Amino acid sequence: MALSKSLSIKIGKTITYIILVLGSVIFMLPFVWLLRSSFMELGQIFILPPEWIPKPFRWQNYPEALTAAPFLTYFLNTLKILIFNESGVVLTSIICAYSFARLRWPGRDLIFAILLTSLMLPYAVTLIPTFILWKMLGALNTFVPLTVPAWFGGGMFYIFLLRQFFLTIPYELDEAAYMDGASPLKVLWSIVVPLSKPAIITVAIFNFIGVWNDLLGPIIYLSDPDKYTLAIGLSVFRSMYTAQWHYLMAASVVVLAPVILIFFIGQRYFIQGIALTGLKG
Amino acid sequence: MNKKRSLYSSEAKWGIILALPAILGFLIWTLGPMVASFVLGFTDWNVVSTPHFIGIGNFKKMFIEDFIFKKSIYATVYYSVGSVIASIIFAFLIALLLNQKVKGLPLFRTIFYLPSITPAIASAMLWIWLFNPDFGLLNQVLQRFGLPRLLWIYDEKQVIPSLIFMSIWGMGGMMVIFLAGLQGVPQELYEAVEIDGGNWWHRFRYVTIPMMTPTIFFNLVMAIIGSFQVFTSAYIMTSGGPNYASMFYVYYIYLSAFRYGQMGYACALAIILFIIILSFTLVVFKSSPYWVYYESARRR
Repeated sequence: MALSKSLSIKIGKTITYIILVLGSVIFMLPFVWLLRSSFMELGQIFILPPEWIPKPFRWQNYPEALTAAPFLTYFLNTLKILIFNESGVVLTSIICAYSFARLRWPGRDLIFAILLTSLMLPYAVTLIPTFILWKMLGALNTFVPLTVPAWFGGGMFYIFLLRQFFLTIPYELDEAAYMDGASPLKVLWSIVVPLSKPAIITVAIFNFIGVWNDLLGPIIYLSDPDKYTLAIGLSVFRSMYTAQWHYLMAASVVVLAPVILIFFIGQRYFIQGIALTGLKG
Repeated sequence: MNKKRSLYSSEAKWGIILALPAILGFLIWTLGPMVASFVLGFTDWNVVSTPHFIGIGNFKKMFIEDFIFKKSIYATVYYSVGSVIASIIFAFLIALLLNQKVKGLPLFRTIFYLPSITPAIASAMLWIWLFNPDFGLLNQVLQRFGLPRLLWIYDEKQVIPSLIFMSIWGMGGMMVIFLAGLQGVPQELYEAVEIDGGNWWHRFRYVTIPMMTPTIFFNLVMAIIGSFQVFTSAYIMTSGGPNYASMFYVYYIYLSAFRYGQMGYACALAIILFIIILSFTLVVFKSSPYWVYYESARRR
């Protein structure tokens, strides 16, 4: 009896690993395909059945693809947007979440609940009037529409995530600081922020990926090729080099790599952060 | 006591000041535009002319004349239902397997998660290539197994199933949330089932599923809201084709507003999208008492 039980556990484990390994291979295959194509000669890409080792190994695809379009400009534009957007999101989402989590003021929870409904609102509903607003302000074809809104709390998703985290910090710490005559800002800076680094890093990474991957925003607001971001630049590049798959794949790898890099750097926080949003939702 | 009261009054002052960015942001970028959308939806504004109030004219046009609108509703609902169900089942299954105390958990988790953070534009380019009927990887695999080749996104009937298939690749966020939920299921409950002589099915059916319903509920709501707003695959991969079969709703709004300049009509379309998403979400919320299990309700 005991033997058969341990045997069935073993069989279960084996099946689990088989499915997981098989699933992993399938999930990784598109990436492998992308990478191998990015180092191939155009001719080898089309060989059937497909080959997996580039021969010759054409690393030149990268410099050639990257100079065929002004990718450096696209990169710098993306970087500029990223810096202004990211600093706004991190700074203002922290102070707003702090207010909703740890300061008592009349109507706080009601207002928080109302603001939270914006998470349910499809962005398409606000898209057109927001565009018109920026047009009237003369901000089209600038980075302003893509950065300034970040300074207004950075979106309820981040505020919600930080608030959930701030709520877990014992309130006695704040009280002790208040007794010593500290101001709320001082409490935020010297108690809440240092204890919330994982959550803050999560927000920063989420937002990095969001800005880096954003396509619709740049498409709508940026019309001058000098202002293009990497995402929109890559889509333009595609329409110019439709059949040059080795260049398209090399450029895609370049756009993809920083996201993966950032993910690996902050992986621990990131996974925790996603879990946090789901569990307390 | 006196000190405490003064502390509280300054606390309220600071509280409102610090919350102000979020409140202003909500008014400027959510509430204001939302109200404006609802007003503009009843006008014929097309950027160049001055807007005229035309009552329900836009909605009449949508439901009576505009055949693209109908196609776009069909494509979007079809895709949403398919991708939400497929992704949830797949994400749940993988999370269950990863929760079996497997070795190399971080590696597996990373592999299944990475596709979901891939820039939409990069994954769209990659998948165009994978879907390529002549040289794409997918048809090569089908051929290897002796199956007929498909046209994938280049066929009116196959395009939505293809995009649903692609959406499973991006289920990583959901999987991580499921995994965290599974790890939070109290072990005592499993032990209790075992003491009563239950097998793995009993553990799954009477502990895992009920304890996971709040997480499933969360993922379901977020997936519905997200999938109805799919844009990039239509914009980059299919241009809404073939024959409008993948004319996703937000892409149609984008075309109406920014290609054809019909701002009033696009706002009316957005209102309908809002109503559709709201009703789907409400149905899920209303149904939740029947299947979502809350710890607090049990304690009562």
